[in-house]
Amino acid sequence: MEEKDIPKVEHPNDAIARVSLAATCGSDLHLYHGMMPDTRVGMTFGHEFVGTVHEVGSSGQNLKPGDRVMVPFNIFCGSCYFCARGLYSNCHNVNANATAVGGIYGYSHTCGGYDGGQSEYVRVPFADVGPSLIPEWMDEEDAVLLTDAVATGYFGAQLGDISEGDTVVVFGAGPVGLFAAKSSWLMGAGRVVIDAVGAEADGNLTQHVTSSQLKLQGGSPVALNWAIDSVRKGGTVSVMGAYGPMFSAVKFGDAVNKGLTLRMNQCPVKRQWPRLFEHVRNGYLKPSDIVTHRIPLEHIAEGYHMFSAKLDGIIKPLIVPSAS
Amino acid sequence: MPYTADKPQPKETSEQLRARIPGWGVDLDPKDRPSVPRERRDRPTGAHWEFPERQEEKVPRERSIEHKFLTPVFGTSTPPAGVSGTLRRFAYRYSEGRAAHWLILLAADRVNAWEAHLGSFVSLHPDNPITETGVLSEFSGHGVRSRFGKKRADLAHQWIDPALVAGPWILAGAAVVAIARNLRRHKA
Ligand SMILES: [Zn+2]
Ligand SMILES: [Zn+2]
Repeated sequence: MEEKDIPKVEHPNDAIARVSLAATCGSDLHLYHGMMPDTRVGMTFGHEFVGTVHEVGSSGQNLKPGDRVMVPFNIFCGSCYFCARGLYSNCHNVNANATAVGGIYGYSHTCGGYDGGQSEYVRVPFADVGPSLIPEWMDEEDAVLLTDAVATGYFGAQLGDISEGDTVVVFGAGPVGLFAAKSSWLMGAGRVVIDAVGAEADGNLTQHVTSSQLKLQGGSPVALNWAIDSVRKGGTVSVMGAYGPMFSAVKFGDAVNKGLTLRMNQCPVKRQWPRLFEHVRNGYLKPSDIVTHRIPLEHIAEGYHMFSAKLDGIIKPLIVPSAS
Repeated sequence: MPYTADKPQPKETSEQLRARIPGWGVDLDPKDRPSVPRERRDRPTGAHWEFPERQEEKVPRERSIEHKFLTPVFGTSTPPAGVSGTLRRFAYRYSEGRAAHWLILLAADRVNAWEAHLGSFVSLHPDNPITETGVLSEFSGHGVRSRFGKKRADLAHQWIDPALVAGPWILAGAAVVAIARNLRRHKA
């Protein structure tokens, strides 16, 4: 663990937040294993966090110090062509390093080079746009899961265009997969099958070596190919997750011949919140049920090793502030 | 799938599902899903600008050549530095549509990791592979019990991981020893 200075306001609409709870996400392991290009030594990980406002830049209107906020993993401006249409994850004004992907906290320079929230303080750009006040009645642990995992699972189900009685198969039984399954019920699925792809989805030994050591594969195509195989003709495959910018051996021919609709995006988290807040309030979703571990910030190295090696039944670890 | 036009009968009726699963079908109507319709422009975002003010560029900020100009807001966590920094700046001359861009960046990441390891050895705070990799959690996190008797598919290739992780270190160490020996022989 390294000490860094408390981040500063760098743009008039920035805020600085003091992190009260963060989470690690399965996609952080892609960074941890060096699979995501332009992950620089010294940057801070963490795109799922909640906290209190510590400082607000000169053009900030909506937040004041002391406010309890939840911050969606997307960084977005609110005013570009894409933001205007609710495509917050595709914002064009926040990622200097790439145009295909938007800005994400703590997710390499490919996603903008912003420090993340697995720390004590974090810079929150466009503070009038991204964060929301945590509703009085909402648990902080529920709130932190709404910043990515729950919203992404819901979005995955949404892109599946589920109609009443449809059969849905979810590949992957991590937090996002479980919330996708739950959301499929809310959208009227008749049957939901969950396949715990686990590490099988990183494929055979050759694939494991080429991806983990040679970094030649960005995101395993194995689970995606299973999805293409399993869906009926004319069906829809919805893809959530961190796919690297480069080569993936996808069964594109089968997708064409079966007439599939492939839908995918990073979740525009904040667009989902009003509806998801209702669902949490009504008890249809209980995000924090999925939390398995609470790891103090000073033990984050052990936390990452456990998460990566799947020790101790770990599914969703939260990072809690250091005792000191 | 049957070879007729009807949807297959679900195992449970909608009524049964509604009774069994809290909230079943509350978002059945696509109108109740927050992304419909896609071209809506009436959501308040909190933005009080047409185009945001520009963040000050204190050090030259690399950018994708697919961008017309430096974005109004950008991350500044780790400006490029050292050999990896040179490689990274070079990568940003290529379009993100080209493999060269990404392959150079991946190479720069490896170089950056080695720069950091080597840098740590000349600092007061050298890297400690025991405490800083978190490997001690093998003891606190039931390393053995988490792996055996669990039908974990990844165990099929986990045996090779220590070699994949430690291999480059051992090779680098051997190279250093070989070079040192060579130098000594030449002096003698
Ligand atoms: Zn995530
Ligand atoms: Zn935008």
